[in-house]
Amino acid sequence: MLVMINLTCRLLSSAAMLFMPAIPFAADAIQGEVTRQPVNVTAIAMFLVFVTGTLGITYWAAKRTKSTKDFYAAGGSVTGLQNGLAIAGDYMSAASFLGISGLVFASGFDGLIYSIGFLVGWPIILFLLAERLRNLGKYTFADAVSYRLKPLPIRSLSACGTLTVVLLYLIAQMVGAGKLIQILFGLEYHFAVVIVGILMILYVTFGGMLATTWVQIIKAILLLCGASFMAIAVMYQMNFSFETLFVKAVEVHKSGINIMSPGGLVSDPVSAISLGLALMFGTAGLPHILMRFFTVPDAQEARKSVIYATGFIGYFYILTFIIGFGAIVLLVNNPEFLDPVTGGILGGNNMAAIHLSNAVGGEIFLGFISAVAFATILAVVSGLTLSGASAISHDLYASVFRHGEALEGEEIRMSRIATVVLGIAAILLGIVFEEQNVAYMVGLAFAIAASVNFPVLFLSMFWQKLTTRGAFFGGGIGLITAVLCMILGPTIWVDILGNPEAIFPYKHPALFSMSAAFISIYIISKLDNSTSAHEEVLAFEDQYVRSQTGLGAEGSVSH
Amino acid sequence: MQHLYRRIYADPEFHELELKRGRFSWLLASILLTSYFSFILIIAFIPELFSIPIIEGQIITWGIPVALSIILLSFVLTGIYVFRANREFDQLVKDVIERAENACDD
Repeated sequence: MLVMINLTCRLLSSAAMLFMPAIPFAADAIQGEVTRQPVNVTAIAMFLVFVTGTLGITYWAAKRTKSTKDFYAAGGSVTGLQNGLAIAGDYMSAASFLGISGLVFASGFDGLIYSIGFLVGWPIILFLLAERLRNLGKYTFADAVSYRLKPLPIRSLSACGTLTVVLLYLIAQMVGAGKLIQILFGLEYHFAVVIVGILMILYVTFGGMLATTWVQIIKAILLLCGASFMAIAVMYQMNFSFETLFVKAVEVHKSGINIMSPGGLVSDPVSAISLGLALMFGTAGLPHILMRFFTVPDAQEARKSVIYATGFIGYFYILTFIIGFGAIVLLVNNPEFLDPVTGGILGGNNMAAIHLSNAVGGEIFLGFISAVAFATILAVVSGLTLSGASAISHDLYASVFRHGEALEGEEIRMSRIATVVLGIAAILLGIVFEEQNVAYMVGLAFAIAASVNFPVLFLSMFWQKLTTRGAFFGGGIGLITAVLCMILGPTIWVDILGNPEAIFPYKHPALFSMSAAFISIYIISKLDNSTSAHEEVLAFEDQYVRSQTGLGAEGSVSH
Repeated sequence: MQHLYRRIYADPEFHELELKRGRFSWLLASILLTSYFSFILIIAFIPELFSIPIIEGQIITWGIPVALSIILLSFVLTGIYVFRANREFDQLVKDVIERAENACDD
């Protein structure tokens, strides 16, 4: 037993300062120097079981993936419950699991700010976007936007927005995967990145959306079970009393009673609102999540999937809160998990959930949670790659280059090629960015989703006077503003480029880039007096009827 | 298809339905937006408010139940929307479509 504990300690040690300040955005990217750890046999064995199972599913799914509808939307055959689990799986990335529980571990209450921001985006999507999106679109959100606007510029812009979001997210995930696997499994960084890349290419190329969805569902169930077990084990030790949990946590935490109230995470109002906007509307513009609405057979199942997803995600965030507090109580004074040099937790705050799994469930459960963490990254990158591939094959290739005249077989072939290319790109970028600071990338991805995809999608459905010119240039301005504000802001300009002072003072650009997008879309559309603009405004009536009734919709069962 | 769209667009009951459904969606959305941004703004401007213990002498502060109730609220509002959309709106939409289709057949 002692040997085992020792092994675990070595496994996780020398990784102090590994994780960035425990902010979920940052947590997607695990930072800094990592020393390769001894090979963890339990974790690898469990992971192999997962891989074998999911490859079996991919084989099954491949036989059912023939048409474009199968490839992009699992043939519209996913049920509300399955889709809800898959969406919840997209949310429960390694970042939310390790990052949010790590944030709660480090600063208590503040961890809730992020979880709530991620969650509240959901109902808004349902109330305002989901049904119209389904009724207008086919596979990607660009389908819906280009219903009455010109496909060429709109799909180019949407593909740009999608690919930037996907690539930024992918880089962060790949680097995170490589480093996490070095710590958890004791495998080499490059080896880990290549494994993730190859598996993801296999899932998506052969199994399309069906395999991607099932990989996500299985992982979501494993993660929900694992996290539930940890939370229950913690509460069991506290006699199921929250009062006891909090009292004990406050006793041992270095910030004492302050962990029970808001700390310094969001201090000035501008940053607070900007972060809130990015979390909420970024979610509503994430292409790999929007895409999931096309996988269910009808509007009722689409609604059901949102209610399941909201339930699972909300439940999961409550678990991470308990896990974070449990980690404070069980780990802070336990020398087994502390770094003898710094006195902090081994491997940094984001390892809190991993250590806690060892503390409550021993070596075997640690192996399980490690394997689930790896599976999580794998499932999330597969979803991202599929949505990136659909932007390339469906939006750019089939609609822009072939003007909608590509044969179905050609489009599927292109989407498979795009998947392989994206997979290889992800592996290479993962290797290139190994030593880079990539913590800002997920934040930037959210800001771009909120400033390009969301405004264009939202206005195309709600504002009759939106024209192609307005959407194209306004969306472009949103994209440029988000990227510029991020580069000139404290995260890149100061922390990475080493300049003394930021030109743009705020960490979160969403408030400014979203405003820039909305205002410029409005002005440019208003100034657009072209004949085509006039036609687009007139076409709104038909679009409105279709978006509200689903009459003539691609995905839905005909009435 | 366009013919049907035109007919539905001319149907006053369609606009009535849209008004009702639109109001309902925006009402739910604004409840959630207001609660979420109030939460964020309290944290930004008056965080002390969330530091007050619920029961004097105990440890749980107001911040925690407020945060948890926003999670719960998201779930409940979603449920309310789904319930009404599945029960009521879907049927009304179906009626509107049927009426337009019948009118076309005549």
